[in-house]
Parts: sequence; structure tokens; C-alpha cells
Amino acid sequence: MDALSSLIDGFGVLGDPMNIMYMFIGITLGVLIGVLPGLGGANGVAILLPLTFSMSPTSAIIMLSCIYWGALFGGAITSILFNIPGEPWSVATTFDGYPMAQQGRAGEALTGAFTSSFFGALIAVVILTFLAPLVADFALEFGPAELFAVQLLTFCSFVGMGKEPPFKIIASMMFGFALAAVGQDPTTGQLRMTFGWYELLRGFDFLIAVIGLFGIGEILLTMEEGLAFKGKTAKINPRIVLQTWAKLPKYWVTALRGSIVGCWMGITPGGATPASFMSYGLAKRMSKRGPNFGKGELEGVVAPETAAHAAGTSALLPMLTLGIPGSPTAAVLLGGLLIWGLQPGPLLFIEQPEFVWGLIASMYIGNVAGLIVVLTTVPLFAAILRIPFSIIAPVIVVICAVGAYTVNNALLDMSFMLVFGVIGYVFKKMNYPLAPLVLALVLGDMAESNFRNAMILSDGSLSIFWSNGLVGSICGLALVMLLWPVFSAGLRRLRGTTSQLPAQ
Amino acid sequence: MQDQENTKDGLVSNRSVDIVVALILAGIGVLVIVDSLRLGAGWAEDGPQSGYFPFYIGLAIILASFGTIAVTLFGRNRTRGIFVERGQLLHVLKVLIPTVIFVALVGFIGIYVASAFFIGGSMRWLGKFRWRIVVAVSVAVPFALFLLFEIWFLVPLPKGPLEDFLGY
Repeated sequence: MDALSSLIDGFGVLGDPMNIMYMFIGITLGVLIGVLPGLGGANGVAILLPLTFSMSPTSAIIMLSCIYWGALFGGAITSILFNIPGEPWSVATTFDGYPMAQQGRAGEALTGAFTSSFFGALIAVVILTFLAPLVADFALEFGPAELFAVQLLTFCSFVGMGKEPPFKIIASMMFGFALAAVGQDPTTGQLRMTFGWYELLRGFDFLIAVIGLFGIGEILLTMEEGLAFKGKTAKINPRIVLQTWAKLPKYWVTALRGSIVGCWMGITPGGATPASFMSYGLAKRMSKRGPNFGKGELEGVVAPETAAHAAGTSALLPMLTLGIPGSPTAAVLLGGLLIWGLQPGPLLFIEQPEFVWGLIASMYIGNVAGLIVVLTTVPLFAAILRIPFSIIAPVIVVICAVGAYTVNNALLDMSFMLVFGVIGYVFKKMNYPLAPLVLALVLGDMAESNFRNAMILSDGSLSIFWSNGLVGSICGLALVMLLWPVFSAGLRRLRGTTSQLPAQ
Repeated sequence: MQDQENTKDGLVSNRSVDIVVALILAGIGVLVIVDSLRLGAGWAEDGPQSGYFPFYIGLAIILASFGTIAVTLFGRNRTRGIFVERGQLLHVLKVLIPTVIFVALVGFIGIYVASAFFIGGSMRWLGKFRWRIVVAVSVAVPFALFLLFEIWFLVPLPKGPLEDFLGY
């Protein structure tokens, strides 16, 4: 019951009224970010990160993680009212959410979505509370070889669980590693891949990449569809909320399944987006209301929302305990920790218990606060979406540019942001995943130094990666993940069936 | 989108973009390898040299890119469809080109004035708003940014002649 008493200490950190205020500011900003196209959890947090450098790390991470929860809630609003997913993980929410809105049941769909998000997050936080200290304890024994093996597993999981073509996942990931290597080699101090260009000395900042890839890239993609936003109006009042809440308990199996799928996909870096699709697909196949899915079935909103929010929340578990983020937004938060001088990983739980448990406690309260904020402010945010895109688009570009500049106070970074924006646009269109690129860019230096240290220990022999049972089984699992597309293609051919995954 | 019906001619096929992107990535892989070899991708007395890790990264990029090209050309699920339609490309360029100009201007006239022009220009050109609304929004947004960054958070942003003239 160590976890419980630590958690109670964590709630003590939240006794500071400033932290509660930051929490509400974060949630509101997060919903706004989740609603606006081109501003998502990852780049929203990236843009606001420099503003938090003057705060204490605990307050800063509470605010930033609340932005993340807010963005997770906010994505559902645009999906249901406008049939435009504000975030990739709310694509599956449009399948049943928008038909419900067309039938005049927008309030019911929104309440269902928010409540299931809350449920998914709550399950994930409970799991995180009790699992994180155990994982951290276990990881204390890790040496460089084990750490590299876990990182290898992270990256191989992208290949095994991604829905993009495996070669493209690998290419995108390796591109991220290559970008991470640019600049000064942290071990020898030599300059790598700068080609005599002095500005590249610092290397590519992943915050700039995130703002460009997700922000500018998303704006360009949205522009393609033209400028029109045609939305349904949202009427949400206490009566609808209560009526929907009365209906929700009968979907508890779907909600629980969604949460478990989400937690699994969040801890292993599958991410919120595949989790939401998987949960929707499972619910459609297993529920007796399955045939109604796609026509406006509340259960079809519950399934993806619980999974997305559970995945988004549990992505913080590997970030805190192992220093490996489970999602791009968790990667940005990790970057923030490093900037504040906190080294994520097992030692964080010993050296900075106040920080860790303050953050975990804030997840409980933050999600309650989030539920209240979204249920009461939906009409306001829906109104923001009626502002014409010809105003929204340039304003978001300006915000992205400001965010890119403030990272290092460098004008050149704005140009890099633009280049990353075009890369993001082309990659999205050509089905190259962006998450592995960002994670590789964040973890590149860390993975490399672990690999080098392991090599030094073993005098350059790769055999260190199967020198004991632990590291061997992690590496083995990683190889299985890496080769999974080959296995599954072989299995499919044996069975003679075509892919059963719903086409996206 | 109704207005795109008559402009639905594709410009480039997905397949050719797929190959071009893969070739560019492979080119980056070659660059990485060349630079790694320059630094030494082997083993020094005190451990791996600087190019040791990136060398294999470069190799992996090249292999993955050729994999993509092979799948694109010969795979069972060959890439089909068009990359972008003329109408879509026009929409994208209408934001991309002003953004490039905006970023270029920031260095000369500061971010506040540049964003006023950028927001105002987009509203007038894309949104066909009346001048009164255009001026109101394009002045209000940079002003709000100014308050937020320079005054509340004390984060200096790039400034130009106008801010000098106003004595800030």
C-alpha cells in the first residue's frame, strides 16, 4: 500500500491553489487546442512548453498534462458536431458520433463521449498508480543493454502494431534517428552531419519538428478539403446529461474492454489512434448491437473514446518509469522534463517523489475537472468552430511560428518549422506515420548512448543483448514485433482470407 | 466539396510521389552514411566512434526506402490513386505561399507587423471579409500576442522598425 500513501502525499501537492488554477487553465486551453484543426495535443504542448520554463516543474507539468487531457476531450467535440476529427484518435468517434448528431442526438453523443473518456482515463490512472512504482522498482536494475533493449522494443512495436506499411514505418523512424544525430556528438564532441552549417550545431529540436509536422502539416491537409465547416448545433443541458448517464451503465463491457485495449496500446507504444480503432472494431464484432454501428449507436461512441483516453493516459507510464514515451505528446512532455533538469526513469520515483505523485494525483483531479469543463462549455467551443477557416488558419500559423521561435529564440527555427510542415503534409498523404519519427528524434541520443555504453561493456560484441534472460527476452520480443508483419502476412495466406481490419 | 467537382483532374499519381519520396529518403540515407564514414564508423580505443550508430541508421533508411519502392512497383497492394487534385493543390498553396512570405518577413519587420499583414491578407483574399472586420481582427490578434508574450510572460519575440519607432 506504498502507492496509496504516496498518492495521498501527491494530493497534498495539489493543495496549492495555484496548481488547481493551472489545472483549469490547462484543461480549457487543451479543449481549445483539441477543437482547433492544426493544434493538437503534441504541438499544443510543444508551443506552450517555453512559457512554463519560469514555473516550478510540478506546476508546469500539471498544466501541460492537463492541456493533454483537455485535448483528448476536445477531439470528440469536432468529431461529433462537424464530422471532422480534431485529433487522429477521434476519427473512430465520427463513425457513430456524427450520425447521432444528424439525428438531433448531439447532446447524447457528446455526453456519452466525455463520460467514456473520463471512464477510460480513470481506469488508466488507477492502473498507472499501482503499476508505475512496481515497474520503476524493477527498472532500477537495468543496465545500458536492458535500457537499449526496451527502447528497441518500443520502436519495433511501431512496426508490429502500426497500420501503415512496415517499410514506411521503418523509414520514418530511421529518418527521425538521423535527424537526432545531427549536431554535436554528446560523447566525443565531434560534429555530425552539419556539413559546415554552423546553425546545425545545436541539431534539430524535436519541438520545432512537432510544431511543423503536426501543426503546419495539419493546416495544409485541412486546407485541401476547402474552407467550409458545416456543423450541427449542440444542445446540452443537465436533463440530457442525466438521461445519457442512465443509459451508459449497460455498455460497461464495451467500456471496460475499451479501457483495457487502450491501456495496453498506451503502455506499449501503439498509441491512442490504433487503440480507438481496435476498440471500435472489437465492439462492433462482439456487441449484439454491432449491426447498428455506423448508424448512430451510442455504444459506437463509447468504444473508441474509452480506448483513446485510456491509451493517452497510460502512455505516461513508460514515460515516467523508463523514460520512454508511449505517444508523441508524452514525448513532448518528456522533452519538458529534460529541459527542467528532471531525468525521467526509475530514479525519478526516488529522487523526485513529490513531482511524480503530484503529477499522478493531478491526473485524477484533472480528469474530473476536464469532465466538468467540457460538459459546461461545449456550446462555447462549438461556436469557436464557426469562425471561418480563413481567420483560424492564419492565426494558428502565427501561433505555431511564435511557438517555434520561443523554443530557442532563433529565427531560422521558423523556416525549419515550415520545412517540417511540408514534410508532415507529404508523409501524412503518403501514409508515413509521424509518431515514430518524433519518438526517434526525442529518444535518438538516449538510445544511441545506451547502445554505445552496452557496446563498451561487451567490447563491441552484440552478444550482450542476449547475455541474460531479461535482456534476451526483451530483445526476442522486439524481434517478434519487428517481424510481425511477415508472420501475419504468412498466417493470412495460410488461412486464405484477406485482411479483416476495417479499411480506413 | 461542390466547388471541386469540375477541377477533379489529378496532377501527380500517388505512385510517382511514393517513389520520389522513397528516393529522397534513400538519398538522405546515403548522406548519413557518407558523413558517418568520414567520422569513422568503427571502433576506437575508448569505444565506438561517432559514426558507429548513424552508419546503421543510414543503412536502414536506404533498405527501407528500397523496400517501399519495391512494394510500390511490384507489390500485391500497389499504390494507386492520385496524390493531389488541382483544386486541392490550389487550396494548399493559398496557405503555404503566404506562410512562406510571412516567415520571410518576420526577420525584417518583426513578428507582430508581419502577422497583422498575414492574417489581414488571408482574411481579405481567402475569406473576402469587409475591410472593417479585416483591420479589426488583424490588429487585435498581434496586439493580444504582444500583451501575452512581451508583458505577461516576458518572452521577447522578434521586433522590427515599428516597435523601435514606438519605443519598445
